Amino acid sequence: MMTKNNLLTIENLSVSYGGIKAVKGISLTVPEGEIVTLIGANGAGKSTILRTIAGLVKPESGKISYRGEDITGISTTSIVEKGITLVPEGRRVFPDLTVLENLKIGAYLRKDNLQDDINRVYKLFPRLQERSWQLAGTLSGGEQQMLAVGRALMSRPKLIMMDEPSLGLAPIIVNDIMNIITTVNKEEGMTILLVEQNANLALRIAHRGYVCETGRITMEGTGMELLNDENVKAAYLGKSKNK
Amino acid sequence: MKTSKNLIYSLILAVVTLALLFFLEVNKAKYGMAYTVLTKGIILAVVAVSMNLVTGFTGLFSLGQAGFMAIGAYVTAIFLIPTNSIEEVYYMSGVSPAILTFKTWLESTPLWFQSLLPYIALTAGGLVAALFAALIGIPVLRLKSDYLAIATLGFSEIMRAIISSPQMDTITNGSYGLKKIQGFSSLIQVFLIAAVCITFMILLIRSTYGRAFKAIREDEIAAEAMGINLFKHKSLSFIIGSFFAAVSGGMLAMFMRSIDAKTFTVSLTYDILLIVVVGGIGSITGSILSSLLVTASKEWWLRFFDSPLYIGSFQVPLFKTGFRMVIFSVVLLLIVLFYQRGLMGRNEFSWDGLAKAFNKLKSKSSNKGGSKIA
Repeated sequence: MMTKNNLLTIENLSVSYGGIKAVKGISLTVPEGEIVTLIGANGAGKSTILRTIAGLVKPESGKISYRGEDITGISTTSIVEKGITLVPEGRRVFPDLTVLENLKIGAYLRKDNLQDDINRVYKLFPRLQERSWQLAGTLSGGEQQMLAVGRALMSRPKLIMMDEPSLGLAPIIVNDIMNIITTVNKEEGMTILLVEQNANLALRIAHRGYVCETGRITMEGTGMELLNDENVKAAYLGKSKNK
Repeated sequence: MKTSKNLIYSLILAVVTLALLFFLEVNKAKYGMAYTVLTKGIILAVVAVSMNLVTGFTGLFSLGQAGFMAIGAYVTAIFLIPTNSIEEVYYMSGVSPAILTFKTWLESTPLWFQSLLPYIALTAGGLVAALFAALIGIPVLRLKSDYLAIATLGFSEIMRAIISSPQMDTITNGSYGLKKIQGFSSLIQVFLIAAVCITFMILLIRSTYGRAFKAIREDEIAAEAMGINLFKHKSLSFIIGSFFAAVSGGMLAMFMRSIDAKTFTVSLTYDILLIVVVGGIGSITGSILSSLLVTASKEWWLRFFDSPLYIGSFQVPLFKTGFRMVIFSVVLLLIVLFYQRGLMGRNEFSWDGLAKAFNKLKSKSSNKGGSKIA
């Protein structure tokens, strides 16, 4: 079967927001165990793609399949149950709940024992364990991002989708976040679909990359290929084409 | 060790409360005011906690409490008006045959069933209100914040209008209201019913459902991304909240013995909202404490402002009927100014918390003493 190692396959997906076509027939594949990144400027439709996969937005046409099964247009609850979790843009931790409560809500759809998973997240992010009784709103931006990733891990997903994890964080913290993503991928064997504006960093850690422009995929390749591509360099990495 | 100590404290508190209730029951005539205030206060505590469940824990700003209380009160009343005085109550427009058949059927039920009638009546009122909540929830719960408040407020007023409309005369007795409703057997009964209701809501809030409610309150989009079904959980909270609002309405009917549509105006909802805000939005113990305090100050402690006060032969101005509400408003203003998140904020009462607050107070006063010496 062609889709054997492809965890997620998207074919010809189109999405409209109130008459405006945000995504115009894109196709992409996410192989199991890899980090795949989707880069592009603001308003290119990257977040819309993630929100559609997560079931928060209904697509106009096209097909989304997960492990060969058609999941187009099913509810977010079933999608989370199947093993796809979204880390939303801007972290969106629950500010007036404690770190521990945030993690427990991440595992909301699971009825079994959570303690092992909580320990696993604490091992990955010792900082969260130190602050488990603190309200999430009082954490720093980087810690909140750790919590958002930890919360997503609590549902025991196969695929984590991250929407702009570097948004609004200091450059030094952004590096930490990228390390976290690599760690989660390597140590937990998690497949990751990463949407980023920070193309340089995203392509460095990604196995595959897609470039998204005004609702279309304009280029694809391995992370290294895209990093060295003249057009990508000029448009997203701030390097001149002539040099 | 510590938890067992706290358990002992809680048991002592429960025993003291029961002893106090028993004492009041015996000396009802002497302490009439305390008796009334405690009854009304604990009844309002049930609806305040239910409003807190919906508004404080799920973040749905609903102002439909009075409407659901009205449903509960009327259903309970119809159950509990003695069959032999039913003609007398509906003397103006006559009784609907459906109610008459129902009442005769109730008469024929076994005696144990009839002795449980108050509980059955309250539950039935709650269930009818829950059904209404489920139905209006379908359109209304898609609205957000202020719009939800306006829509539920509208529902509450429509309910009141329907109850007092002439078309409903043979069921609700229109604007004459229902009288001769069977009351509570004792103060302890009121407290037991309230305790069962409030305990149920506390257990709900502590369960995974409660966690989902709080997640929705904090951030709907993030909650949805975690796989929480927004509509299902909002409905659940709204329906359970309405159920207990109706139970409280039924208890109010049993307490007042006679009700009419005017009892359930919007101002009743505002009274409850006030209790919730003063107690702390998101604190159950805050709501209970606040409903007892607010009821006591409104009906009892501030009473003396209403009667003329003489110092010697000089009559102090302003002390006349209605002045108590002015003072009450000032007190509220002070609470809102100095305790912006209510008396309890989002915290719950705990013995450890009380000890901490006490120690803080003690160290403060000892510091003061120290500075005096220096």
